[in-house]
Amino acid sequence: MSQAATTAGSVPASSVASTEQYNYAIVKRFAIAAVLWGVFGMAAGVWIASQLAFPFLNFDIAQITFGRFRPVHTTAVIFGFGGNALFATSYYVVQRTCQTRLYSDSLSSFTFYGWNLALILGVITYMMGITQGREYAEFNWQIDIIILVVWVAYFWIYLQTLLRRNQPHIYVANWFFMSFILATALLHIFNNLEVPVGIFHSHSYPLFSGVQDAMRQWWYGHNAVGFFLTAAFLGMMYYFVPKQAGRPIYSYKLSIIHFWALVFLYMWVGAHHLHWTALPDWVSTLAATFSILLLLPSWGGMINGIMTLSGAWDKLRTDPIMLFLITALSFYGMSTFEGPMMSLKSVNALSHYTDWTVGHVHSGALGWVAMITFGSLYHLIPRLWGVNLYSLKLVYVHFFLATIGIVLYITAMWVAGIGQGLMLRAFDQYGNLAYTFTESVVFLHRPYVVRAIGGGFFLAGMLIMAWNIAMTVRMGIKSEAREREEARAAEARTA
Amino acid sequence: MAAAWEWITDLGNSKMFALVLFMSTFIGIVIYLFAKPSRARKFETYRYIPLEEDDSHLEPTARRDKTESEKQ
Repeated sequence: MSQAATTAGSVPASSVASTEQYNYAIVKRFAIAAVLWGVFGMAAGVWIASQLAFPFLNFDIAQITFGRFRPVHTTAVIFGFGGNALFATSYYVVQRTCQTRLYSDSLSSFTFYGWNLALILGVITYMMGITQGREYAEFNWQIDIIILVVWVAYFWIYLQTLLRRNQPHIYVANWFFMSFILATALLHIFNNLEVPVGIFHSHSYPLFSGVQDAMRQWWYGHNAVGFFLTAAFLGMMYYFVPKQAGRPIYSYKLSIIHFWALVFLYMWVGAHHLHWTALPDWVSTLAATFSILLLLPSWGGMINGIMTLSGAWDKLRTDPIMLFLITALSFYGMSTFEGPMMSLKSVNALSHYTDWTVGHVHSGALGWVAMITFGSLYHLIPRLWGVNLYSLKLVYVHFFLATIGIVLYITAMWVAGIGQGLMLRAFDQYGNLAYTFTESVVFLHRPYVVRAIGGGFFLAGMLIMAWNIAMTVRMGIKSEAREREEARAAEARTA
Repeated sequence: MAAAWEWITDLGNSKMFALVLFMSTFIGIVIYLFAKPSRARKFETYRYIPLEEDDSHLEPTARRDKTESEKQ
C-alpha cells in the first residue's frame, strides 16, 4: 500500500482524497512552500559558509555580509523549510488520524499567508540590519506580534480539529504536534517580552537584562530545539515511518513514555549553554544533569522508530524514502548522544565557543530534521497530487548527496571545533597562550572549505528534490485536468 | 494565601516541590501504563491507527462516491 506512491512513473497510483472530506489544499500549499524555503535557506547557508572560507565573497555589500545573512539562513531553514513542513504534515496527520476535516479553511489559509508573510518580512529586515539580536528569534517586535497571532490561530485550528475527531483515541503523533504548538507559544511569548521604543520604531529593549536575559534567551533557544526541531518532527516520525513501512510503530507504550519523559525533561536543559558564565553554578549543573537524563527518552524514541522496521529490513534495499526516514532516526540518536556529552562541564569547556557546536547543531538539523522532512515530503506529495513520484532514482541520488554532505560537514566541524578549542586552551612553558587568535583562524580555513563543499552537496540534493517534486506536481496537475476533461466528456455524452 | 505564595516563591521550596511533583507524575504515568495488563494491551492497539485510517484516497472514485452518498 505504502509502496504504491514510491514507485516512479507517470501512471497514477493514487489520487487525492476528495476535497469534501479532507482539506488537502492547505497541506499542498505548505508542502510546496517548505520546498521553496528549503532551496532558498540552504543556498543562503552555503553562501555564508563560503564567506567564512573566502571572506572576499562579502563583496563589501552590507546586506549580504555574514552577520546579516546568517539569520536569513537560520530563519529560512528552521521556520521556512522546517516550519512550513510542520504545518503541512501536522495538518495532514491530524486530519488522517482523527478522520475529520481540518477546522476552518479560511483560518488555515490565514496561517499560511501570515506565517510566510512574517518570514519574508524577517528576511527583508535582517538584510536591512534590523534585528533583535536574539538567536533564532531575531524578528523585530512588530513581526513577533504577527507570528503570535498566526500561532494562536494554528493552536485553535489544531484543538478544534482534535475536538471534532471521529477516532476515539488521539494518536501519539498528535500529542507531539500539540506539545510543539503549546511550548512554542510559551517560548515565543516569554522570549519576546520587550519594550518597544515607539509604535513606528523597529527597535525595542528586552524586559530583562544581564544574566537573566541570557538565561531567558537559552531557555528559549534550547527549547526551540527541543519542541520545534525535536518534538514536532517526532510527531512526523510517528506517523510517516509506520505509513511508509506499512507496519505499526514498534511499541505504543514506549511512545507514551517517550513523549512524557521528553516534555518533562526538555524544559530544564537550556542553561547548559551558559556553563562557566555569571549564571549560578547550580543552574548550569541542573541543566547538565537533565541533559544527561534526556538521553534515555531520546534513544527510546529512536529505537521505537527504527525497530518499526523489525522483520522488514529489506525495505531499506528497495525503498529510498525508507532510507531517508531510518537514516534520520540514526542521526537523531547520534546527535542526542553528542548533545548530552557536550553539556558536561568539562567537555563544554573545550567545545563551547568553537565550531564543534555548529557541527552538532547541523548533525541534528541536516541529519535528523531535514532527512525526516525529506522522507515525509516524498511520502506525502505524490499522495496529495494522486500520482507516483516523477523519479525514484533521483530520490536515491538525493539521499547519497545529502548523506555525503552531512558527513563532510560534521567531520569538518569536529576537526575545526576540537582543534580550535585545543589551540585556545594551550599554554606554553611560561604560562602564556601558545597560539594567537589569528593562528586559530588560519587553522580554520581548510575545515571551512570542506564544510562549504559538504553544504554544497546537501544543497545539490535539495535542488534535485525540488526538481523531482516540481515534475511530480506537474504530472498531478495534468492528471487532474485529464480527469476533469474525461468527466466533462462523459457528462456531455449522457446529456 | 500570602504565606503559601511566599513559600512557593522561595527557591529552596519550589525546587523540591517541582521535583516531587514532576517525578511523581511521571512515575504515575509509567505505573498507569504497565500496572494493568488489559490496559497495556489496549494501548498497544492504538499503534494501528495510522494503518487503519481510511485509505480510500488510493481509490479516488470510491472516496468521492462515499462522500456524496454520506451527504445525501
